[in-house]
Order: sequence, then C-alpha cells, then structure tokens
Amino acid sequence: MHKLGLIVNPIAGIGGRAGLKGSDGEEIVRKAIELGAGPVAPKRAMEALRGLLAVKSRISLFTYPHEMGEDEAKEVGFSPNVVGKIITGHTTADDTKRAARELRDLGVDLILFAGGDGTARDICEAVGNSVPVVGIPAGVKMHSAVFAVDPSAAAGIIMKFLWGELPLREAEVMDIDEEAYRQGRLSAKLYGYLLTPYEPNLVQGVKEASWMDIERDQQAAIAKYIVEEMKPDVVYILGPGTTTKAVSEELGIQDSTLLGVDLVHNYKLLARDVNERQILRAIEGKSAVIIVSPIGGQGFIFGRGNQQISPEVIRRVGKNNIWVLATPQKLMLTPTFRVDTGDAELDRELRGYIRTITGYRESRMVRVG
Amino acid sequence: MREYRQARWEGDGCLEPLIFELSRPGRIGYTLPKAVEKVNIPKQLLRENLELPEVSEVEVVRHFTRLSQMNYCIDLGMYPLGSCTMKYNPKFLEDLASLETVAYVHPYQAEETVQGALELMYKLEQCLAEISGMARVCLQPSAGAHGEFVSMLITRAYHASRGEQDRRTQVVVPDSAHGTNPASAAMAGYEIVVVPSDLRGRVDLEALREAVSERTAAMMLTNPNTLGLFEDKVLEIVELVHDAGGLLFYDGANLNSILGKSRPGDMGFDIVHFNLHKTFATPHGGGGPGAGPVGVTEELEKFLPVPLVEYDEKRDRYYLDYDRPHSIGRVKAFYGNFGVLVKAYAYILLMGAEGLKEVAEAAVLNANYIMRKLIGTRGYELRHDAKGPCKHEVVFSVTKLKRETGVSAKDVAKRLLDFGIHAPTYYFPPIVEEALMIEPTESESKEELDKFVAAMKRISEEAYKDPEVVRRAPTATAIGRLDEVKASREPILSWRMYKSIGRRHA
Repeated sequence: MHKLGLIVNPIAGIGGRAGLKGSDGEEIVRKAIELGAGPVAPKRAMEALRGLLAVKSRISLFTYPHEMGEDEAKEVGFSPNVVGKIITGHTTADDTKRAARELRDLGVDLILFAGGDGTARDICEAVGNSVPVVGIPAGVKMHSAVFAVDPSAAAGIIMKFLWGELPLREAEVMDIDEEAYRQGRLSAKLYGYLLTPYEPNLVQGVKEASWMDIERDQQAAIAKYIVEEMKPDVVYILGPGTTTKAVSEELGIQDSTLLGVDLVHNYKLLARDVNERQILRAIEGKSAVIIVSPIGGQGFIFGRGNQQISPEVIRRVGKNNIWVLATPQKLMLTPTFRVDTGDAELDRELRGYIRTITGYRESRMVRVG
Repeated sequence: MREYRQARWEGDGCLEPLIFELSRPGRIGYTLPKAVEKVNIPKQLLRENLELPEVSEVEVVRHFTRLSQMNYCIDLGMYPLGSCTMKYNPKFLEDLASLETVAYVHPYQAEETVQGALELMYKLEQCLAEISGMARVCLQPSAGAHGEFVSMLITRAYHASRGEQDRRTQVVVPDSAHGTNPASAAMAGYEIVVVPSDLRGRVDLEALREAVSERTAAMMLTNPNTLGLFEDKVLEIVELVHDAGGLLFYDGANLNSILGKSRPGDMGFDIVHFNLHKTFATPHGGGGPGAGPVGVTEELEKFLPVPLVEYDEKRDRYYLDYDRPHSIGRVKAFYGNFGVLVKAYAYILLMGAEGLKEVAEAAVLNANYIMRKLIGTRGYELRHDAKGPCKHEVVFSVTKLKRETGVSAKDVAKRLLDFGIHAPTYYFPPIVEEALMIEPTESESKEELDKFVAAMKRISEEAYKDPEVVRRAPTATAIGRLDEVKASREPILSWRMYKSIGRRHA
C-alpha cells in the first residue's frame, strides 16, 4: 500500500488567460476574477487523479480539506484521508506550507501538487528535499523543473515511481527574478531544489533565459527575417520570450513586454500585454499571424506562459498562420516541441511537423510531439 | 601494431624555420642573364623593395623536403577521411598532366591548335553523362561547392523561364547535408528549409511532405547520404518534390559508392554535380585544384554555362560553342581546371566501365568490413539501424566512450595519428553526437583495413584503462596537440603578421 500526498493550490493558474504574470497575492487574484478568470488548478488536478484510478485500491491518498485536495479527490472517486484545517475560499501560501509539512510527517512516499512556480516555491520552503514531489502543471509561471509535461504524464510518473522504476534527482525550483524583470530582462531565479522522479521524456527541463551572446545574434537574424516577411494590415500576435522581443526591437518598438503577449499591426505596437479577450477583439475581421517561440528548456510552444493565446485564438487565426521561432541552440535543448493548449483536440491537430524559423531566411521542420 | 614515429625537423629551438628565417644576405639560387635592352616599366608598377628570401637552391630543396617529410599523405598510409574519398592517385595520371601538351597549352590559343584538348573535354563530358545518367555536362565549375552553386543558378533560370521565380523561394535540404549545400543555395538567393532525418538515418518523409510546397524551388540530396546510408525511399522523395514543381539536385560527393551500380539520372534527379577530385582520383587536397562539373537533363540543357564543347561532324572538328541564348553565362574564367580534367579522363579510361564498378564494390565492401569489425567494440556505437549494410562510409558515435571515460571522438582521431593512420572526419555529420566518419575507399588492402581496426580497438582499450594516453595524443607526430584557444585568439596568418608580433613559436 503506497501513501500519496495531494495538495491543490486552488488559485494557481487563475491569472493565465487574463494575462497576469502569476497568481501571487490577493490583489492579483481579485483582478483576475474581475477580468473574468476561473480556477484552473482543480480541473488539472482531477485530470491527473483520473490517470491514477487504475491503482486506486493500492494507494492511500492523504490530502487537505475542501478545495485544497479533498473535493477534487472525491469528485474523481477517491476516498482520501483528510488532514489539517483551512478557511475555505481564503487559502494562502501558509496553507500550502503547512500541508506539505503535515503530509511529509505522515510519511507519504510522494507529494503530488497542482500549481505553478509559486506553489513549488512554497513547498520547497516547507519541506526542502525531504520528500519526493511531482508537480501537475497548473500555474502561469512554470519554469521549475519539477513539473510533468501534462496532468496525465504526472499520473504516469507517479505510477512508475511508486512501483519502483524511476530514480530521483534534484530539480530546480525557479521563478522570475523580479529585480531583473523590472529592468526588462527575462531571468529565472533559482529558489531551491525539490526531489523529483526523473523521466527524461515526460518532465520539463529548467526554463533558461537567454544566456548566450550567440543566442542574441541568432535572434537578431531571425528578427530581421520576420520583419521582412511582415505584411501591412495583418495583426501579429507576439508571444512572450526573448526571441519575440527581438522582433519588436527590430521594428523599433521600445516598450513591448517580455512576459506578456503583444499585438503588432502595420509595423507598430497595436496593444501591449493583452489577454485572450483583447486578442479576439483585435483580430475580428482581420488576417492574423501568431508568432511564438518554445519557452526556455521546455519545448512548449503553447501552454506555458502564453495561455492568452488560447485554443479559440489559435482556431480563429488558423494553424497555417503560426510562425514558430527558435535559435539552433534552443533546438538542441528541445529538439521536439510540445503543445498543451488545454484543448486536447487542438493539441492533436497541432502535432506533426511545423516549420520553425532558425535564422535569416533559414528554417527547419521540427516535430511537435 | 605498427610502431610509428613521424619525422621531426627542428632548428634553432623551433620546428623547421620559415624560409624567410633561413634568408642570409647575398645568398642566391639563380643566375640571370645580363639585361641587353632597357625595359620601360611604368613607375606605378615598379617596386622599390622586394622582400624575397635570399637562399640558395640547396637550401630551398632541403627546406621543402624536410617540410614534406613532416607531412602525412595518401602515399604514406590510409586516409579514412569520411566524405572526402581519399583514394590513391595513380602516378600515371600525374605523368599525363605534366606533359607539355597539357601543361603549356593556353586557353586563348586558336581552336585549330587545341583540337586534342577539346576532344578530351568533349569525351570526358560524355563519360560523366553516361556514368550519371544525365543528358549533358558542363566542366567549368572548379570545385564541389562551385558546382552546387552553379546548379542553384540553373534552378533559378529554370523557374524564371516559367515565370515562377518569385514564388519558388525555398530550397529543402536534409539535416545531414554537407554545410556547402545550404550555403550554396543561400548564395543563390534561396531560403533554406531543413528536414530532419528519421531513426533509420534517412530523410523523414513525413517531415518532407510538410516541408515541400508550391514555394519549393528544389531539394538538394546526397545519396547515399552523409551517414553512408542509401536513401532507399529516393523514388518517393523525387516524386514528392516533382509533384510540388521543384527540381531535384544530386550532390555527387558520394558517387564513389554507386559507380556502375546506380545512376542519379535513373533515380529521377534533374541536376547532378561531380567532385572529380574525390571520385576520379585527381587528387584531393586542401586548396585544390579540383573540379565540380555539373550534369543536367535534356530539359535543363539550355541553361548550362557557356561555352560548351561541341563537335562539328561535317568538318570533323571540335569547337567552343558560345551561341547559347538561355545559358546562365560564364561561371569561371576559361573552360575548367584543365589539368584536373585530363587526370579524371585518364582515370576513367584506365579503369573502364568494369573497373569503375569494381571501385564501387570494393569501396563499399571495405567500409562494411570496418563496420562489422568495429561493432561491439566498447564505446563505439552506430546511431542508425545496424542490421543493414552501409555504403562506402560508416559513421560511428563515440558518445558512450565519452560518457564512460571522458575520451571524445576528437581524442580518438588524434590518437590514430600515433599509429601512422590519418584521422577520420570527426564531429560530422552534426546529427550524430561525437561522430567519427570513416571512408576507407577501395584503395586499401585487407591488411591495411585490419591495421586500422586493430588501432581503433586498441584506442578503445586505452580509453578504459588509461584515458590520459588518448587525451594527450598525438605524441609520435612532428607536432602535438595545438593550443586551439591561442590559435583562435592570436592567429598569425602571414609573414608580415609574424614579424610585427616579433615572437618565435616552437
């Protein structure tokens, strides 16, 4: 009988489609809800739990009350052991930390959590590397190397780990360096390490910010090419990251965002830091092109840090109007791309090969797996 | 195991000095007749100082002989440099090339006085066309990359003639392609689209299907590819590209493996380039001269560069035809590297059709022999499906060795030098990690192949027992490991640079 701990951060990911850079803090949560956001983590947690139903009788599930795990577990069909106390509707980081410590002290084999970098950071602060952890990706910022590729992959890793096949490694817990971000640099800061089962194919690598000067040159070459290919009266939806920022810089746009999605039209900034609704409004009745790049060491072109480019947006723009940018170095880190738009059908359609721009007038067919 | 020690000539605390350093005032190696007439050289062409080294004939001969002794070459031993086809260069070819009628003929001579030369070129052209299955060949391009570039220019001309030049802006290349392919296409103004190789080491057809479109001008393919594997789906590839309206270009670098067995023309290719310095033993060395003739199908014949050699049956004479209105123009001064063309033609006649077939068979057999002998050696692995044969070259990955002992492909290559064997190509093709690309060619006997295999096995053992021996190598050569960091930071490329730095290097 294996003991599994479950922590759901109910407000993780709530900032995603609303274009907020995370969900830390009550203010942000309130703003997100104002902008029409709904909870994301509970759904993702349930998806992962569904993947574990096959071994339900051989797992003893321990979790926190109500929306921090109890509700999700029961909804899926588990009969969890509920520990701890929370004030439902007002959960905080402290609750996450307490939960982690209590589950660890109860002797669980592994803690499964649904959240983002913020949640990972809290758990790390609470238990360090004293118990293995696996993350269900449900936050907005997911730079840490502790997340599975998607909820069902998380279930897969857990089963492989509990029944003895996977080794453990130390995984970086990272978050945006606030200091650097304010200075306009995308830099992931290391907060600590969590112990996590390692399966190369299914666990995200660490998000690396642009760390080579060569990278900058390559990005400039790509940017030059993109700008040459841009046409008037088309709305260009620029995803986050340093490569797309190079495109804005090539256009002479000074105040584009690094972490957000910006819109370019007729070679000028149309709107900065937009959310899904704003994108849909802007492309109404117009031709549009989505320009994205795989974020850091993960290989995700949709679903990590750019959830504003939602399935609705992608469908409206059209699969053939997606330009993916990636320097050769980035392709060495992540030779295959991944998609996790939230719409499994769309994900399936996006799989195959996509032409990726790797330099000036140079592109490569990259597999989307 | 062969005991090897390369010659090492030292003088004044450094390796063989530069000829400028051997210079002593007043020493001369010539006598000039006294000037009878005054020659009027325009002032602006007259030089005040001539910095030629002052050395006697004896010193010049000894200097260059010492240098040559410190040089490794195909005349000394095996040269398994993958992709280069370093086969033995028969002396007969060199003899012919040094004949006065070859060496002293001038491209501006009247056509009536060079009929032999023109006839040779005409017949060489026909041989190459027959070997490749093409309709017509141009001998002008002087190097492989030059031939590739010319092929891209022909592609442009073709699409322009059909009004599709603006639309067809892309050229597709596999990720295993030799770097000159995309470079030549880019120089011709094309955008490059790279398609990945699959787990079998061949072009991924699924990716290709999505890469090819109405914007495709051409695909550049080498067959067998740089992994030494035959693209067994080549007919499908050709069909895919043709259906989209693109042309197929065949990179002839690996022609040695299919001579007399298979022809790019039969596979459906539209343009072919040859490396005479590889396949036709003319020989192959850094700096050339080489020759990269281009062959085309009948449809593309009119775009070939001018002039072409033609035969006037009525008057029984050969002539240079400039009357080709659709030609892409000249791609080189004169008609090609004539000395190289002579050697290639002589080689073809020397071998004959049957002989060329044997060349391919022996080349492929030798590479497969090495592959089979090295499979299972600790640390060396094949990246692709090892069940099938390879063609004329085999690519091993040394990743396992690197991971387990720290010894890399580069280290293995350098240690081979200590056994008197030139290194294989390493770190190419880029799709194989820690690659060692081995092409023995047909020139090597079984004894030489066994020596190579023994040396490779010994290096593997050394790596696991005492890796420093490998990582320090080479030590039996005239020069040991170079300080590459220093070389890239402080390059000294000329005598002038050397003087200004004022330093000596041992």
